[in-house]
Amino acid sequence: MARAILSARWGSAFRAALACLAVLLSLACATADPAGAQSSVRPPANAVTSATPRPDALRSTAPSRGVQPTDVTGGRVPGNALGSRSSAEMWQALRRGVTGTVSIPDRNAALLVQSQGETWRALRTGPIPLWSAIALGATFALLVVFFLVRGRIRIDSGLSGRTITRFNDLERMAHWLLAVSFLVLAITGLTITFGKTVLIPILGKEAFSIAAAWGKWLHNYVAFAFMAGLVLVFVIWVKDNLLSLYDFVWIAKGGGLLVKGVHPPAKKFNFGQKVIFWLVLLGGLSLSLSGLALLFPFSFSLFADTFALLNRIGFDLPTELAPVQEMQLATLWHAIVAYGLLCVIIAHIYIGTIGMEGAFSAMGSGEVDLNWAKEHHSLWVEEVQKAEPGAGESASRQAAPAE
Amino acid sequence: MARMKFLCDAERCIECNACVTACKNENEVPWGINRRRVVTINDGEPGERSLSVACMHCSDPPCLAVCPVDVFYQTEEGVVLHSKDLCIGCGYCFYACPFGAPQFPQVGNFGSRGKMDKCTFCAGGPEENHSAAEFKKYGRNRLAEGKLPLCAEMCATKALLAGDGDVVSDIYRERVVQRGFGSGAWGWGRAYPGPQG
Repeated sequence: MARAILSARWGSAFRAALACLAVLLSLACATADPAGAQSSVRPPANAVTSATPRPDALRSTAPSRGVQPTDVTGGRVPGNALGSRSSAEMWQALRRGVTGTVSIPDRNAALLVQSQGETWRALRTGPIPLWSAIALGATFALLVVFFLVRGRIRIDSGLSGRTITRFNDLERMAHWLLAVSFLVLAITGLTITFGKTVLIPILGKEAFSIAAAWGKWLHNYVAFAFMAGLVLVFVIWVKDNLLSLYDFVWIAKGGGLLVKGVHPPAKKFNFGQKVIFWLVLLGGLSLSLSGLALLFPFSFSLFADTFALLNRIGFDLPTELAPVQEMQLATLWHAIVAYGLLCVIIAHIYIGTIGMEGAFSAMGSGEVDLNWAKEHHSLWVEEVQKAEPGAGESASRQAAPAE
Repeated sequence: MARMKFLCDAERCIECNACVTACKNENEVPWGINRRRVVTINDGEPGERSLSVACMHCSDPPCLAVCPVDVFYQTEEGVVLHSKDLCIGCGYCFYACPFGAPQFPQVGNFGSRGKMDKCTFCAGGPEENHSAAEFKKYGRNRLAEGKLPLCAEMCATKALLAGDGDVVSDIYRERVVQRGFGSGAWGWGRAYPGPQG
């Protein structure tokens, strides 16, 4: 069918007649000229032409033949330009991402070929889902092993029945704003990475597409709640998360995580919590910046700027990035940081719920058992009780009517 | 079964943009979307070349590989099509495509992408042939009418060729022989030619 249509364009009677004439002419030439039919479609050897000169044509313009060369460039286009010959260099350069010009408003369209797309595809369909699945699986496995070996970390001295306020309403609101938004973003993000392999076989394409479309909108908008949570958490807790001398004791004793009955002193946050805090903040910041770059496509040069900064400290990274490269790097980086942070958060959720007795109520009701507080945050309890004598006592009086 | 291909002869393209206009008109492409564009290299300098580029309907479509909702499919004729009903507008196909073929209308706030739109080789989409829904979402289905993409059909210099890859390459080979010099058969075959390419 296609062949017929194409040939129809060539096949008018007039053209056919011309073609017959050309064949006859070339046959006539072939008998006269041993160079054959080729010369029939070529200009005479001494003609001015932009076509590639044949070696014998070059020779024929030599003065020894007694013919003055009409073209001093030997058949080349003046100015040593490409003329109408093909240039392997030009095509190779195009493959490497040479930008031309376009007359449509979208200036990004002037990039003819972006070969980095191949790298992006390879990473997006291979290492990114593979290693994020391995990282998540390894995190779960480690937590299961930890739970089997260490069990639930109990309050060694038992429940005191008296509580002390650990996190006030604002602190808990900030935490849960960050936590819930992160989980929504994580689940919708996981859908994009693993939905095709895991969910489409179960849900079918239509149902999954609806879920993924909702996921996209949730991801785009809940991102702002996450960023607000990030700012709140930073402002409220940064003063409690600076490195202190006690942290080295905590590190030396392994945080008391590995051995029963060991409780290194800690202020409001121990070293492990500080690590989580800074990982969440830095990871969250990086996710927010790369996420904003994705939310406002082609608006930022985030990676070119970052690479320029890194080059100052000895790196050698490209700083000339096409807009599409910025987007590719943003998606890759966004995924890598997200899965790293998700692993951290899974461990955080474990220790805050099933991993440790008495820990969840700190973020639940805001009240913790006094004995729990003394074991895990001894210096903080002292600080609070010094500042407001009777802290921990008042809570028990409030709880009294229920007993 | 024919393997449909586009080929743009850089020695013939004169950057008249008729293919771009024809495509927009024939398929009633939405505002801001260019399924086809003409890129000029070395504009105004000796050795200037222009190339008309759209979806090249690759043999190993990277868009198909990366789509998280699996909207792409390749017809028996090698035409890469997609379902706008399933597309969520994530933009991944655009990041993977070497030629920048996938296009996105801006809908809603920020840079929110609508459903992806790209060259269909004038072959419509998953809707019923010649239905109103098909035309609205994907444009004309000329292939089902036995016609080739309009961009190539009306190219004045016959720079842009479309059709059975065997026929297109024969025409191009004849041209190269006639001209006495070669030229890159641009965007032909696989999307990414690999280390040797």
